[in-house]
Amino acid sequence: MSDTKYILGHFDHPDDLMDGIDKLQKSNISIYDVYTPMPIHGIEAKLGVPPSRLPIVAFICGITGTFAGISLLYYTLHKDWPMNIGGKPTIPMPNYVPITFELTILFCALGMVAAFYFRSHLFPGRAPRVMDLRATDDRFVIAIDAKNNTDHEKIDSLLKDAGAVEVLYNERKYVSYE
Amino acid sequence: MGTHSHTTYNFDERFEFAGKARTLSLAAIVIGIIAIVAGFFVEGSHRMFANLLLMGYYFTCVCAAAACFLALQYVSQAGWPTGLLRIPQAMASALPIASIVLIIITGLGLSSHNLYHHWHAEGITDPNSPHYDALVAGKSAFLNVPGFFARQIIFLGAYSIFAMALAKLSYKEDLEGSLNSYKKSFKYSAIFLVIFGFTTPIWSFDTVMSLEAHWFSTMFGWYNFAAMWVSGLCVITVTIILLKRAGHLSWVNENHLHDLGKLIFGFSIFWTYVWFAQFMLIWYANIPEETVYFYKRWEPEYKPWFWLSIIINFVAPVLILMDRDAKRKENIMLFVCILLLLGHWLDYYIMIMPGTVEEHRGFGLSEIGAALGFGGVFTFLMLNKLSKHSLAPKNHPFLEESLHHQI
Repeated sequence: MSDTKYILGHFDHPDDLMDGIDKLQKSNISIYDVYTPMPIHGIEAKLGVPPSRLPIVAFICGITGTFAGISLLYYTLHKDWPMNIGGKPTIPMPNYVPITFELTILFCALGMVAAFYFRSHLFPGRAPRVMDLRATDDRFVIAIDAKNNTDHEKIDSLLKDAGAVEVLYNERKYVSYE
Repeated sequence: MGTHSHTTYNFDERFEFAGKARTLSLAAIVIGIIAIVAGFFVEGSHRMFANLLLMGYYFTCVCAAAACFLALQYVSQAGWPTGLLRIPQAMASALPIASIVLIIITGLGLSSHNLYHHWHAEGITDPNSPHYDALVAGKSAFLNVPGFFARQIIFLGAYSIFAMALAKLSYKEDLEGSLNSYKKSFKYSAIFLVIFGFTTPIWSFDTVMSLEAHWFSTMFGWYNFAAMWVSGLCVITVTIILLKRAGHLSWVNENHLHDLGKLIFGFSIFWTYVWFAQFMLIWYANIPEETVYFYKRWEPEYKPWFWLSIIINFVAPVLILMDRDAKRKENIMLFVCILLLLGHWLDYYIMIMPGTVEEHRGFGLSEIGAALGFGGVFTFLMLNKLSKHSLAPKNHPFLEESLHHQI
């Protein structure tokens, strides 16, 4: 028993899963994470997941793009090779806008993709971190840290009470690291 | 189940149009009419007509945007706005009256030479006349009086018919409760959106762009559509917030407000995008017949207002509504929406005034009178319609989805 790292409760239906979360929270058992094959509205609020910090990443990437755009235009059109286009000044703001705007969007989009891969450990040539493969198929899974919550029998009965179809005792965190 | 808490709402709840709302809207109408009549004598018919056109156009645009909002929700089979559909329905029901008022204003303004005098004058298309204008004569196949009124009547008539049909079908659904109304609404909406999408640019070319008939921009139609759509959304949001404050619409919560906020935020940027696309191409190409439009707006009478319009309609919503929480707060949304409604009034002012009163612009009796009068008429018609039916389309197939909307 002491080798168990994580207890996984498998559910067939999202409503049973929500019931399971309620029951565990009432007994003060901390939930490590919940894995579902489809998005369930309101689950973040229920689990107390803090708001995503992705907007901050987006903002930083975007502002980097803005400065990259302005510096590119400033260097090429004003400093390195000033060009007279229709008698306009070489730092004409209106025509800086489209390229700066596009680079902002490009940096933001690519940065968000990179941030997503970084946070979810999805690097090329590396196995993804999956605690239970069926959570990507048809099962709704609650994961409980077995080291912090020692009353395993109670967890088992609570999960089965809520309608868990299967309770797994995993000795390894990620099953995908075979 | 057991995990979802179901609140029961009273969907038969009605808005009672009485008390302060009724008094204020009627007072606005009375003060507006007095100010409009006084404006005619004090500040001249030329300026008064420009203001009547501004507010008549604004009024029609807001009602048409509501009809477009309705049609869009049916065509996209969206569930989230179902609980608040009664408000755009009430607004769209005012479209026939708004259209008639706008056609009367353009008719009187055109025949009295107060509006559209750049293309409607004695002998302007006659090569032998001293008033001959080659540019206008070249456009006369499109820009002529019978064509102008035919388009106004056909376009506005078509929008009105579809707006009324969509509202009526939903009211019928309350009584009958079958899916027939929904299926019909879907069909009508699809037809309406095709007509609306192709004809609104032409309608705005006629009503507003032809005030300066020597100038043209193909961006103008979408620029006006963006302004119309943002102001329509703002009116919907303001109405919802005020109704919630009065204790109605308990099923509309911050999630619905958030979605409306996202639309307002996004389309304010779209407005700027189109505005800027029009501006930059003209600025870059620097062709005299195109730059004349911005030249007039660059004169000292208009320049500060020209920039203020950008600040209000672009910078303000972007900075204020960027944050997620800001879109979910009633007070902030109410502030931004009222600001944007004022901003788009200024936007229309910048569009209309340089082509009509030129450098003799002003802000006084005419401007305030017309705004108050039309605001009062719109509020009265909309709230009156709203009070006639229950505040939720209770038999709409997506109502349940709307109640559980969460983002």
